[in-house]
Amino acid sequence: MSGEVKAGADTSRAPSSQKIQQVHVGGDVMQLIGGQITVTIDGTDVKVPMGTTVLDAARRVGVRIPTLCHHPDLCVAGVCRVCVVEVEGQRALQAACAFPITSSLKVKTHTRKVRQARRHILDLLLSTHYGECYSCKRNNNCELQALAKEYGVDFYRFGHVTESQVPKDESSYSVVRDMDKCILCRRCVRTCIDIQEVGVLEAVGRSNKTRISTFLDKPLGDVVCINCGQCINRCPTGALHAADTSDEVWRAIDDPTKHVVIQTAPSPRAGIGECFGCEPGTPMTYQMNTALKLAGFDKVFDTNFSADLTIIEEGTELLGRLHKALVKGEPVAFPQFTSCSPGWVKYLEHFYPEYIPNLSSAKSPQQMFGAVIKTYYAKANNIDPKDIVTVALMPCSAKKFECNRPEMADSGFKDVDYGLTTREMAQMIKEAGIHLPDMPKGDFDDPFGTATGSGVIFGATGGVMEAALRTVIEFVCGVKVEKLFDHANIVPVRGFEGVKYVELPIANVSPEVPAIIRHLIPSFDFLKGATLKVAVAHGTANARRVMEDIKAGGKFSECHFIEFMGCPGGCIGGGGQPIPTSPEIRAARARAIYEEDAECAVRKSHENPSSTASSSPTAPAAT
Amino acid sequence: MLVSQQQKLQDEIRALAARHGRTRAALVPILQDLQVRYASVSDFAMQVVADEVGIHPAEVYGVVSFYAFLHSQPSGRFQIRLCQTISCDLAGKARVARQLENELGIRFGETTPDGRFSLEWASCLGMCDQGPALLVNDRVYTRVSAEQVHRIIDDCRKVFGAHAAQAAHAAHA
Amino acid sequence: MQPTSSKKTPLTFDTIAPGQGLAAALKKSRADIIGEVSASNLRGRGGAGFPTGTKWNLAAAAQGQDGGAKYVVCNADEGEPGTFKDRVLLLEYTDLVFEGMTIAARAIGATKGILYLRGEYVYMRPHLDGVLAARRTAGQLGANILGTTGFTFDIDIRMGAGAYVCGEETALIESLEGHRGEPRNRPPFPVNTGFLGQPTVVNNVETLASVSAILAKGAAWFRAIGTEKSAGFKLFSVSGDCGAPGVYEFPLGITVAALLEKVGGTGAKAVQIGGASGVCVPASEFGRRIAFEDLATGGSIIVFGQGRDMLHVAKNFMEFFVEESCGQCTPCRAGNAKLLEGIEMLERGACSSAYLRELLNLCETMQLASKCGLGQSSPNAFVSIVTHFQDEILGRTAAAH
Repeated sequence: MSGEVKAGADTSRAPSSQKIQQVHVGGDVMQLIGGQITVTIDGTDVKVPMGTTVLDAARRVGVRIPTLCHHPDLCVAGVCRVCVVEVEGQRALQAACAFPITSSLKVKTHTRKVRQARRHILDLLLSTHYGECYSCKRNNNCELQALAKEYGVDFYRFGHVTESQVPKDESSYSVVRDMDKCILCRRCVRTCIDIQEVGVLEAVGRSNKTRISTFLDKPLGDVVCINCGQCINRCPTGALHAADTSDEVWRAIDDPTKHVVIQTAPSPRAGIGECFGCEPGTPMTYQMNTALKLAGFDKVFDTNFSADLTIIEEGTELLGRLHKALVKGEPVAFPQFTSCSPGWVKYLEHFYPEYIPNLSSAKSPQQMFGAVIKTYYAKANNIDPKDIVTVALMPCSAKKFECNRPEMADSGFKDVDYGLTTREMAQMIKEAGIHLPDMPKGDFDDPFGTATGSGVIFGATGGVMEAALRTVIEFVCGVKVEKLFDHANIVPVRGFEGVKYVELPIANVSPEVPAIIRHLIPSFDFLKGATLKVAVAHGTANARRVMEDIKAGGKFSECHFIEFMGCPGGCIGGGGQPIPTSPEIRAARARAIYEEDAECAVRKSHENPSSTASSSPTAPAAT
Repeated sequence: MLVSQQQKLQDEIRALAARHGRTRAALVPILQDLQVRYASVSDFAMQVVADEVGIHPAEVYGVVSFYAFLHSQPSGRFQIRLCQTISCDLAGKARVARQLENELGIRFGETTPDGRFSLEWASCLGMCDQGPALLVNDRVYTRVSAEQVHRIIDDCRKVFGAHAAQAAHAAHA
Repeated sequence: MQPTSSKKTPLTFDTIAPGQGLAAALKKSRADIIGEVSASNLRGRGGAGFPTGTKWNLAAAAQGQDGGAKYVVCNADEGEPGTFKDRVLLLEYTDLVFEGMTIAARAIGATKGILYLRGEYVYMRPHLDGVLAARRTAGQLGANILGTTGFTFDIDIRMGAGAYVCGEETALIESLEGHRGEPRNRPPFPVNTGFLGQPTVVNNVETLASVSAILAKGAAWFRAIGTEKSAGFKLFSVSGDCGAPGVYEFPLGITVAALLEKVGGTGAKAVQIGGASGVCVPASEFGRRIAFEDLATGGSIIVFGQGRDMLHVAKNFMEFFVEESCGQCTPCRAGNAKLLEGIEMLERGACSSAYLRELLNLCETMQLASKCGLGQSSPNAFVSIVTHFQDEILGRTAAAH
């Protein structure tokens, strides 16, 4: 998992004030790094590698040091100071998260000075933190609240603001900023700049007028925010949250004239259990089917079905582009980019608009399904599409923006009416009086019930590529993927490395072209002996690395197909997923997804009987 | 802003970047040059600068808003900064401050409607033995008394033409 | 109305001919230059008092990344309220300052120097540029300085933009790198990882001028002045209620009372030593010594006469810190604002002793838990004024003031 999230030196632009620098100790640094050193923490000795922070060393011996500005995905800031400890020989207290161990230290973590400092820091933060815990989205899942309880805050020592100081910024379809609750830990800033390279959030002003803001304090809806919601996932308080539409969904459910249909994406199923106290990576797919029906949805469909449609679209489009370029000699944009991540799509539109033609013309699975429901499904079931409300359960905050894009109305109606995040759905299920893990298992509704493993793995980085390759390889080579890759697991594109690059030589081609693309490509002979080059990138900082390489004419410019996901880890790390997030949590969710894939009877999109049946009449128009 | 003006500003910033370097370390010098020329760094300028040094506009704004001598809002042709720290305070800065407000018709932190003068507090100007001290753009005045204030301002007004000073008096009369 | 010279006594620096120190340094090996500075016991003149020789040794031993350059930065961001001795040095002893930078570069193996000049001193720029040009013409800067093969060094001037915190060395480096002037986490220290990640020595203006003097006259000469732990002479910026405010030179170790006598401040009510971030010494403690072992200071002395309202003084200092905190860490950002609020409560006579005690505890937290020296020292004035003048401060009524 080396390359994940922690953006390498080549893209990280966080100010040096907010990260641990390489530790030089004089002499030959390389010899010292990797060396072990013994530190004493509250009387317990522990041996740690040179350069380990006091915080990490303390965790090794089970000593908990509170943190607020520290986050496992982010570079060190050392600004909240709540993690201060006493280091023998130092006059001042030191921030445990930012203090690298380079010599034998004696550390004390709960002396009078330390306890007083932590209590004071909490009281200072609370003095400007406006808002009632009851009416906060992060009630019971708030790091500030938890610390206030831990440190016995029973009155506001330094007062407390009693009225709102800053109006909420609700200009974005995806992210709401409630700066009354901001404690200036700057996790969102580091996320936006370091992990995502979007850079819309920054610390502005100085001293006690410092605030987290945008360029010229513009509303979030007016700047180049890609709606990825990664800032929400890392906010310790309720200062950032997704724009919640669950009230509108309830209203639709309550309305007897509305037929309310929900599609659920694979990643929420892998994550939602966390909202009910389950370990990360506990799949809830079938329990959720039952729960959603009980909550009042008329039909529960599997987004994987339209993920399969997406694969067929993107796969055939790729083959079509290759044919056009190599056989007909027409100018075609290469590499082809995936288009299912709305965060990535908006990133590309803002930062690399000249590459929009490279995006696959396929809609995202969410929007494809919306269109299918309001056309094919409405007709087949004789329901007026105006009476259908489509809801999408997504791990994503950007999907809220996507479903509101004006061009997303191919059915003549808004294809998807509401996008809900995993967190909001957990809230609705709780509101319906349901404890999800206790639910009996239930199936998805027909006629889209059958989905393949390829659709499931869309949730993890590399999943779309793997799914596409399963189909494309089988089309082109005419042999079962299982013969080339054990259990059809295309392992090289899996894993959390920031950017993956894979070459697949095509030795033999099938003499037959499948019926579905025969009208485009009469023969695969032109691909014989060719090498298919693909790449996978997740998190837009990694996407940026690939895009800059493409611009410079590097190896990625020679790729044929690149999967881009806006969020680190892919959708399982999406901005709508349960909070907290960390590399370990995302890995656990990914595991759940690959297990579900392995258990699927059908694992290749083009073998999905429902999708091949419905794809021809409803093949969505290019977006 | 007119397209031609934008083009001119863009060329100017490119020239500054060529001189100071197209790296982040050149950011503050570029912004300082713009501040001197235009008495502020406009939103368009910030975006161009961001492009030139390869960072996000929000980061440029973060820097501009941090430093007291950089402004993202239009400020006066003359920036008048009165030292507010203790030595100048003991030497009688309060009356000088009051008189500055009277002469200019604005409060501290404001700019005159004609865009000619901005009035600001300065943290220590390093003239503590000769206070109260005043910095007008890059010129220092020391041992300023309330009665000297109008002359300092008049000297500035001369830049705007011979009649500007008289007109200002008439307006206040 | 025009600034006049602030010098009130002849300075030792008058006796140092420009060029003497550098010539002496170039005859020595690098290790010997550092050895001389270490032997002089020179400690940083900016206020913190870190031994200069030790700092140089660390920087000399540090490896630059990718064999990159090392830097010498002259911290001319003199922003501490009540401090102006660097102004005198920069204008009247300019060569000694640049010479000190050149000696430092020679000692640590740096090729580039940066003078970080505070924005408020922009009017000095033509003078400083002129001196740099003259030094280049004279072969004192540039390639093979004064015929020393392989010794290449030049100095750029970079302007500050109005931020007191940039006097903190890591904030200064952040500012040079084009960031907000927010102090870094330390370790690592600039001597290892400084400007652009390279080993960087940041020294105060007076420190560097003193280096020129030490190289010219020898470590033993310097060490003979002052006290054992505080060697040498020191410039003082004296202002406030005294007969002759200005820049003075005294050996370190002088008592407050003796100093007051020389500047015409006898009979004062209190003296602020070390500027806004220093401490307020009441008349009862005028016997204390100004030296690193007792009252450490960068040289700012502000005299308060008998009639002065000490709460007003404290308020002025807290207003300064509320304006100048970088806003990054919680104790400093929110703490200073709370202290100012507390002073406003005291002004209204609305602060209980219990709350005042809580604020004093908060001061301890700020001194211990703030990220940098600014927050760690900003409560000093509050603590000393509240402690020594409690009777004057508590129980005010609107009519009294």
